[in-house]
Amino acid sequence: MALAQPPATPRFAGSIRLAARQFPRHRAAMVGLVCLVLICLAAALAPLIAPYDPVQIKLSAKLKPPSFEHLLGTDHFGRDVFSRLLYGGRTSLSVGLLVVAFAFVLGVPLGLASGYFGGRTDNLLMRLVDAFLTFPPLLLAVALVGLLGPDIQNVMLALGLVQAPVLARMVRGSTLAVREEVYVTAARALGAGPGRIVISHLLRNVVSPIIVQLTVVFAAAVVAEASLSFLGFGTQPPQPSWGRDMSEARRFLGDAPWMFLAPTGAIMLCVLSINFLGDGLRDALDPRAWRTRRAVEPDKR
Amino acid sequence: MALLAIRNLRTRFATDRGTVRAVDGVSFDLAEGEVLGLVGESGSGKSVTALSVMRLVPEPPGQVTADSMSFDGIDLLRLSEAQAREVRGASMAMVFQDPMRSLNPVLSIGRQLVEVLQRHQKLDRPAARRRAIELLEMVGIPLAEKRLAAYPHQFSGGMRQRVMIAIALSCNPRLLIADEATTALDVTIQAQIVDLVKRLTRERGTSVIWISHDLGVVANLCDRVNVMYAGRIVESAPIRDLFHRPSHGYTLGLLGSTPRIDGPALRRLSPIEGLPPNLIDPLPLCPFLPRCRVSVAACRERAPERRDLGREHWASCFAELNQRTP
Repeated sequence: MALAQPPATPRFAGSIRLAARQFPRHRAAMVGLVCLVLICLAAALAPLIAPYDPVQIKLSAKLKPPSFEHLLGTDHFGRDVFSRLLYGGRTSLSVGLLVVAFAFVLGVPLGLASGYFGGRTDNLLMRLVDAFLTFPPLLLAVALVGLLGPDIQNVMLALGLVQAPVLARMVRGSTLAVREEVYVTAARALGAGPGRIVISHLLRNVVSPIIVQLTVVFAAAVVAEASLSFLGFGTQPPQPSWGRDMSEARRFLGDAPWMFLAPTGAIMLCVLSINFLGDGLRDALDPRAWRTRRAVEPDKR
Repeated sequence: MALLAIRNLRTRFATDRGTVRAVDGVSFDLAEGEVLGLVGESGSGKSVTALSVMRLVPEPPGQVTADSMSFDGIDLLRLSEAQAREVRGASMAMVFQDPMRSLNPVLSIGRQLVEVLQRHQKLDRPAARRRAIELLEMVGIPLAEKRLAAYPHQFSGGMRQRVMIAIALSCNPRLLIADEATTALDVTIQAQIVDLVKRLTRERGTSVIWISHDLGVVANLCDRVNVMYAGRIVESAPIRDLFHRPSHGYTLGLLGSTPRIDGPALRRLSPIEGLPPNLIDPLPLCPFLPRCRVSVAACRERAPERRDLGREHWASCFAELNQRTP
């Protein structure tokens, strides 16, 4: 009979695929993603887009307001603010992203290990984290950069080292809560080993707070880089960075507000985009927040 | 030979205030295909007994010792953690009390089923999925194929417990431990789940340890019952015998506090007064003595011995309670 074909292998979408399908439905997150991609592209393609050399001094054209010649005006050395914004984005974005990556790679495993193993491991790791957290974050970063030398890579390293313990502590807290869940015991009762427990049960369930925290870390890193540059660590003049340009523009706030508004606006846009993106990711990774279609809902019987 | 044989199981937990003897010398056998009830109030050691058998008691602070504890020819006391993982989920499985919390909320039902099948049965993904659908159909979940992609929060409590049962039975275990598996469900769903477990385990000859404080459920399901109090088994009897000839003060108290549909219409339930003993303190006499209504002089002098009452029925009690005949 024609109907007696063997049933096709039943398919069900993997959770990552389902999450990916869910993400575009979050409008704010899509806007954030698009903005972030555009900003990153602009920074990456700076040499092609920028109308001027970002460090070219032209004193005859200093503090000019925005015009067709200089889209965002010029600064106190007559440098083109738009060009500096594009090039500065390279520094600021890479600092932000690398600090986030560093904090993630160092902080999340530490927090998971601490929360999962508990006892002596937990004690040791958390006292170490406490030691880091006793210092004011910026002071610690300054000390580290002072120790390693004022170089942008060292700034990233220092900021990452400062942020990782914060993340570790948070991950540990969430892990401790999830570890006591019945489904973790149930998974163990079904023969799941430590690897499986940590990855598919603990990490999967603490991913939302991690993402939220990482968006905060990104924003903090961009601003901290500005502070460090201001103090003379980090980006060295005349190299542009958003934070550096922002703090320099302070002096001309009354005369040339465009100098201040451009990098500030860029940082704000970036942080907002990342926050929206984080929101979207968090929701996409949590099935309970999904707007599901009828197909998978249990029918009322 | 018994599938599970436990002799003198003791599970202790080290705490700041002293050692808690959660399970204090438990011995019993479980035959192939037998359904054993473990009843007692909260803190009587039922769950800890089950976790000790599964080797799921965290050590430290816990400490599990026994003269012997064997399952299906395996010495459970000597299993390494890795060996224990091979046994868990494969030849013994457990269903927990709270179906709302015993499934991982961020993984689909299918994934959680498939994971176990891949882990123990070494099935490839398509085969594991086909089996997962069979299992969901087996526990009475309609549209099983679609439901694989669903997440726990889309299911009701009863359906989740069905899923848990499907997962637990997925690798055809020889022993199923149900720890208060119907306590969190409402009564009609409870009855469905009990019937489901009864049918499925009978079909496969799976042995069951059914932990409950609900004597009604136990009466419906079990072949024999161990009554636990303060970490000890105080009475053990075939199910009918327990109801007809309760032979321990505590069993009597339990029955007196259970509503019965076949009893007099206006019988008052009599609660057991007082609280269970602190398991840190040494308990040289019968642990139930302070709450017992039928205690005799001997109770205050020495600990009761296990007293054989025939027909595989015994109790650790001095009181003569066998006035009623079956």
